[in-house]
Amino acid sequence: MQPPPRGATDAHAAWGVTDARTAIALAHREEWARVVASLAKRFGDLDIAEDAAAEAFAIAVERWPADGVPANPGAWLTLTANRKAIDRIRREQARADKHREALMIADDTQLEPLGAIDDDRLRLIFTCCHPALSMEARMALTLRLVGGLTVPEIARGFLVQEGTIGRRITRAKAKIAAARIPYRVPAPDDLPARVSGVLAVLYLVFNEGYLATGADTDPVRADLTAEAIRLTRLVHALLPDDGEATGLLALMLLTEARRPARVGSNGELVPLAEQDRAAWDASLIAEGHRLVRERLEAGVAPGRYQLLAAINAVHTDAPDASDTDWTQVVALYDQLVRLDPSPIVSLNRAIAVAEVDGPAVGLALVDALAHDPALAGYHAFHATQAELLRRLERPTEARDAYDRAIALAGNTAEVGYLSRRRDQLDRLG
Amino acid sequence: MLYFVSVIDDRTNSGTPEEMVEIAAFNERLRERGHWVFAAGLADPATSTVIDGRGEQPVFTDGPFIESKEHIAGLWIIEAPDLDVALALMAEGSKACNRRLEVRPMLTRPGA
Repeated sequence: MQPPPRGATDAHAAWGVTDARTAIALAHREEWARVVASLAKRFGDLDIAEDAAAEAFAIAVERWPADGVPANPGAWLTLTANRKAIDRIRREQARADKHREALMIADDTQLEPLGAIDDDRLRLIFTCCHPALSMEARMALTLRLVGGLTVPEIARGFLVQEGTIGRRITRAKAKIAAARIPYRVPAPDDLPARVSGVLAVLYLVFNEGYLATGADTDPVRADLTAEAIRLTRLVHALLPDDGEATGLLALMLLTEARRPARVGSNGELVPLAEQDRAAWDASLIAEGHRLVRERLEAGVAPGRYQLLAAINAVHTDAPDASDTDWTQVVALYDQLVRLDPSPIVSLNRAIAVAEVDGPAVGLALVDALAHDPALAGYHAFHATQAELLRRLERPTEARDAYDRAIALAGNTAEVGYLSRRRDQLDRLG
Repeated sequence: MLYFVSVIDDRTNSGTPEEMVEIAAFNERLRERGHWVFAAGLADPATSTVIDGRGEQPVFTDGPFIESKEHIAGLWIIEAPDLDVALALMAEGSKACNRRLEVRPMLTRPGA
């Protein structure tokens, strides 16, 4: 189901929502970031904005079932949150007048360029993803202030203590206020670098959900992947001309589409070639393909996310694994290696080359990467070696490589899959 | 808003003549754009003395108070409206002095 593009009023009318609980859940999804962003702009304080928004939603939970859902839930929530914020500021002013000044974050509204990207939510996103904050803080802050996830929800997503997440958020908000991290959309010169910083945060959140690590944990944490997609949709809607934002959204959709087929009933990871393609989400694939085509038609040199999305589009375009256009995949990896010469990209390229030129050529490329310290501790490197050695009928070396991969893999479904592959060697050899 | 900028180094008195020229030019730009407050280089940390005047008699001990591989070799104090401006300026400063820098906000004086 597509989320409604605009104010929740239309959505309510269109969907005929009468149940107050549903209305609150919908308003939370649609309006939270807008309420926080507008309060942050008005009061210049993220702490006040977050608390007042949370209070307004808590009041809605109390009132809406009894009083009925207001005609314009977004306006009701903003108004209620504004009142709560003013109450708090009055209380604090009475207590310590001069202290407020130090808590203010910079708001230079008048310097703002007007236009398509003049949305308070965008300021909020750029502030939460500011490069002066640690990556952990950026993820937690973005999920809390833009995504509206609660601290316990974020803690569950990252498998850390609630107190840790709470402290991360508090510390980040304190730094934003004390160091005066501005609440604004960056200048056009800085925009590409800053957008890429925002996308990096969202991709990390997505991968945290998709490639979940930790013994005895679910191999996929769908709440995180869903939230990452929702936030990337928002960034894409706010920056429709940014090719990399489009690329990242397409990449997430095409990855998420395969999720139903990714873990088998035995809890093992199912590799791409063996997945039941009928279980893939056709509507997500269609949407992802549409976005990839849109970028191809733009005729602008693609960035990293657009290339990764295109590679995923080739895979999801094949009705059967044997139909995969590997030559096209290799060509896309060639482009990606030029943009991102990291050993992990080279490793993935080698896997594609093995499909085109055979496992011996692929293994030679993989072995050439063996000296790289970044790959030595990466389970996928050893798993790739193992698979190629298996195909080359070198079971003893393959078994050693599987052992190394299993020792390094953190994802429970991956450990299950790799162990089974290793044990199959015993039967073969 | 004032920002305190530390120059991070693992050697002392290691500035080259070329770096000195670059730093002087950068300082001139800071002055022209109204960001300049103060700048100075610091002598070797081994030349420092730690003072504890909290007791009846002040106690002086040979410094530095923290032994570390890296230390503060110099400092700037700059005036900037927000952190983005401070970071952009001091990215230039880092290039000029060829060292890593740490930017830290100074506390606002109450009533100032």
